[in-house]
Amino acid sequence: MQPNTGKTRPVEKVDGVTIRFVGDSGDGMQLVGSEFTKASAIAGNDLATFPDFPAEIRAPTGSLAGVSGYQVNFGSKDIFTPGDQPDVLVAMNPAALKTNLQDLRPGGILITNSGAYNAGNLEKAGYKTNPLDDDALKKNYKVVSVDMDKLTQAALAGSGLSNKDVARCRNYFALGMMYWLYSRPPEMQLENIRKKFAKKPDIAEANVKVFSAGHAFGETTELFVSQYTVPAASLTPGTYRNVTGNGAAALALAATAKLTGRQVFLGSYPITPATEILQDASYFKEMGVVTYQAEDEIAGIGSAIGASFGGSLGVTTTSGPGLALKSEMLGLAVIAELPLVIIDVQRGGPSTGMPTKTEQSDLYIALFGRHGEAPIPVIAARSPADCFYATMEGFYIATKWMTPVLVLTDGYLGFGSEPFRIPEEGELKPYTVAYQTTVNDPSGYMPYKRDAKLIRPWAVPGTAGLEHRIGGLEKDSMSGMVSYDGMNHEKMVKTRAQKIRNIVEDVPDIEIEGEPTGDLLLVSWGGTYGSVRGAAARLRAQGKKVGHVHLRWLNPLPKNLGAVLKAYKKVLVPEVNDGQLANYLRMSFPGLDPLQFNRINGKAIKISELTAKVNEILG
Amino acid sequence: MSPNTQTQNPVPTYTKKDFESGVDPRWCPGCGDFSIINQVQKALPNVGVARENIVFISGIGCSSRFPYYMNNYGMHTLHGRAPSFASGLKVSRPELMVWVITGDGDALAIGGNHFIHTMRRNLDIKMLMFNNRIYGLTKGQVSPTSELGKKTKTTPHGSPDYPFNAPALAMGAGATFVARSIDIEGAHMGGVIAEAAKHKGSTFVEIFQNCPVFNDGAYTFLTEKAVKADAILRMEAGKPLLFGKDNKKGIRFDGQKAELEVVTIGENGITEKDILIHDPSRSDPTIAFMLANLSDRPGFPTPIGIFRSVRKPTADEMTWDMIKAAKAKKGDVSLRKFLSDAETWTVK
Ligand code: SF4
Repeated sequence: MQPNTGKTRPVEKVDGVTIRFVGDSGDGMQLVGSEFTKASAIAGNDLATFPDFPAEIRAPTGSLAGVSGYQVNFGSKDIFTPGDQPDVLVAMNPAALKTNLQDLRPGGILITNSGAYNAGNLEKAGYKTNPLDDDALKKNYKVVSVDMDKLTQAALAGSGLSNKDVARCRNYFALGMMYWLYSRPPEMQLENIRKKFAKKPDIAEANVKVFSAGHAFGETTELFVSQYTVPAASLTPGTYRNVTGNGAAALALAATAKLTGRQVFLGSYPITPATEILQDASYFKEMGVVTYQAEDEIAGIGSAIGASFGGSLGVTTTSGPGLALKSEMLGLAVIAELPLVIIDVQRGGPSTGMPTKTEQSDLYIALFGRHGEAPIPVIAARSPADCFYATMEGFYIATKWMTPVLVLTDGYLGFGSEPFRIPEEGELKPYTVAYQTTVNDPSGYMPYKRDAKLIRPWAVPGTAGLEHRIGGLEKDSMSGMVSYDGMNHEKMVKTRAQKIRNIVEDVPDIEIEGEPTGDLLLVSWGGTYGSVRGAAARLRAQGKKVGHVHLRWLNPLPKNLGAVLKAYKKVLVPEVNDGQLANYLRMSFPGLDPLQFNRINGKAIKISELTAKVNEILG
Repeated sequence: MSPNTQTQNPVPTYTKKDFESGVDPRWCPGCGDFSIINQVQKALPNVGVARENIVFISGIGCSSRFPYYMNNYGMHTLHGRAPSFASGLKVSRPELMVWVITGDGDALAIGGNHFIHTMRRNLDIKMLMFNNRIYGLTKGQVSPTSELGKKTKTTPHGSPDYPFNAPALAMGAGATFVARSIDIEGAHMGGVIAEAAKHKGSTFVEIFQNCPVFNDGAYTFLTEKAVKADAILRMEAGKPLLFGKDNKKGIRFDGQKAELEVVTIGENGITEKDILIHDPSRSDPTIAFMLANLSDRPGFPTPIGIFRSVRKPTADEMTWDMIKAAKAKKGDVSLRKFLSDAETWTVK
């Protein structure tokens, strides 16, 4: 370390900070962001993160389309979202500044690599003059402009590395500065670098040098007025790891196989933003997960249904356009009454829409998007870590009730990450998934003879004496043989619907966050949980009589929801769509006309904008 | 093998009756499908697989009612999609014998994508495609195997579309067993089905099937007594490709032109030695492909029998080899240990 100049700067204590790292796709911002996140987690902060990838896979270097970002929000109190507005923006080039500056909080810190502001990069970003020379910039933000290119080169002088390799190290300069700024112990990072680049010791040493130079630079220069520390949050004790929503969903497949002793079969087709689930799960072979990359979306779900017919726990993963393609197959799973889990990582629609941007786009299609009368249970995850539990619950319901189950997550949850407490041994309870092994009727095996809850038995190939045929044609209510009898069809339609309604016994009553009655109730579902909960907490802190209920179960709805909705004077439904839950509530509770707050801009709802909306309503 | 496997019982001695579900088939009188199900039910007692371990999966169309009439496990699924269900079932339960029953419209039109991918993967799935060259269930529209110029309800002026040659398509897609038979050639079909049952890998059998209601006589150009001997080429492994009334006509490989030609023994110095010997086990599919295409060439006979039969590792075998290797390497991992396989930290 460089010797200290002797000047000590004050260390300010803060409750929470949002930092956004942005640069060119090749600048390694995802790496820097996740390394900083790890350090924050180990420091005991609660946190949430969200990456922002460019939509184009190989956008030209330095271009606006090639900007890649990573946002982390960490703090000493409950962190609900990756943060509304960054307090600190680390921008590695002009394009990154151009696309992100408008999000930086007024008065926030802008750290930027002045070395990248050459004529070529300025032109690619559409700047006529160098924005760093703009006085307004310095007036609105604390600008820390550092020539990281030059300082990185200086740190590596005589190292023998190529110019290209040297340039690749500069992200560690930025990371070193951030470590100093937020009082993180640098030793751990040095160890991480050596581990990460174990196979290339010269690159490891170069990164160590550059990181240390960045850290020393923060310490010795007077560019920063003060240093910050964020105290540890009070989290439930245990062992933690970070998970993304997609990663958590994949883990749930393995956990379910382990807890049931049954094979989990994932048939899927790559689609943004759901692909990572298939990728991750393909590593879980020893846990009892079999993966199959099908030729298309339809075959993805078809293979899963085929596997379910064979006694596996079939699952398929997809996003909106894929779900649309799967709807005929879903109808088959409904009429055949086979267990199946469909994980839909929602994205902006319709059609190809906005593949990399989030939207609560698929509530309608989840509830209603099939031919004929085809109700299915719908569960929505509320946070990245909750994608684990929502998926687990999907399997439990599918196998208990012999039905397809739709688990809704979204791109914001799928790519976002948060700490996940690893359940203790024995904390997750094993459960039995039973097959029918004996003839259930004097006249032979009746695959559609139901129990008191209307659940049919599941006999699988390989079981002698229970050979039977099922399919997509309406079937006799006992034997499952084809039946064109109209009265039988009516009976089957009503029976299938009643069975799904019966699932309400597994739906917990909804709990109000806040007082039992009040002026305004916020009703959310899925990925907006964090923002809405954060907004409700902020409003209550301001003395507003605002409650919050969050729907995990969309079908069936919780038994007490109707009563809860009447307990407040006004109901406001914030959604990242044009009002799908609001309309569903209108339909489900005639007379109720909730207010709406809708954002369809590809981004999560901000706590600040929702808070402002509620304040406007309450006057 | 897979966690869903039931205890394996010894295979009992079966008769044809054991494979009849007791539901009377509802095909039109005289439909070629009757003869096909008869041959399948006759063949199954001899395949050495327990009845409960055999699954029939079908799509939509006249032929796809088939599973209801078999006393096995069965699924009557969606139009064109049967191979996708079969693939998931076979990958997850490799010990089952999985059959797909389909038609020309089901397999080659709406299900074309699933068809080619099932063939290329070499999953051990046995597909019987009943080819009546028409849409029967919807009462008579042109199909992907209808002849050029065919007049149907949707092509009143004749079809402007070229048909698929199904065995050639299957081979092009990578099928490792490809054969053809005809509904009224019961004994021949029975033999082909028995061989299909034995094969491990993607198995495709095209069966020319007469639809007396909507496309009657589609195959009389082959099956009429007067033309039969000259029109059909019966391929038998290890034997020269001879046909015609006195078995004097034969197929010769013209090395100069690199194509197959019809020659007559005794004419122009041709002897039996000049005739191509049929060998379905050639690893290069070129000759089998040429044979499949003969039926599209005027003046050539239509081959029936087995075009190609080669053994390659199947996708289901390779999948389970990987699963076994992963299990052997990692052993029984506890859930907690599995979930902890990442960078972790402790909160006290
Ligand atoms: S329509 Fe034709 S193919 Fe269909 S059952 Fe009748 S005869 Fe057979």
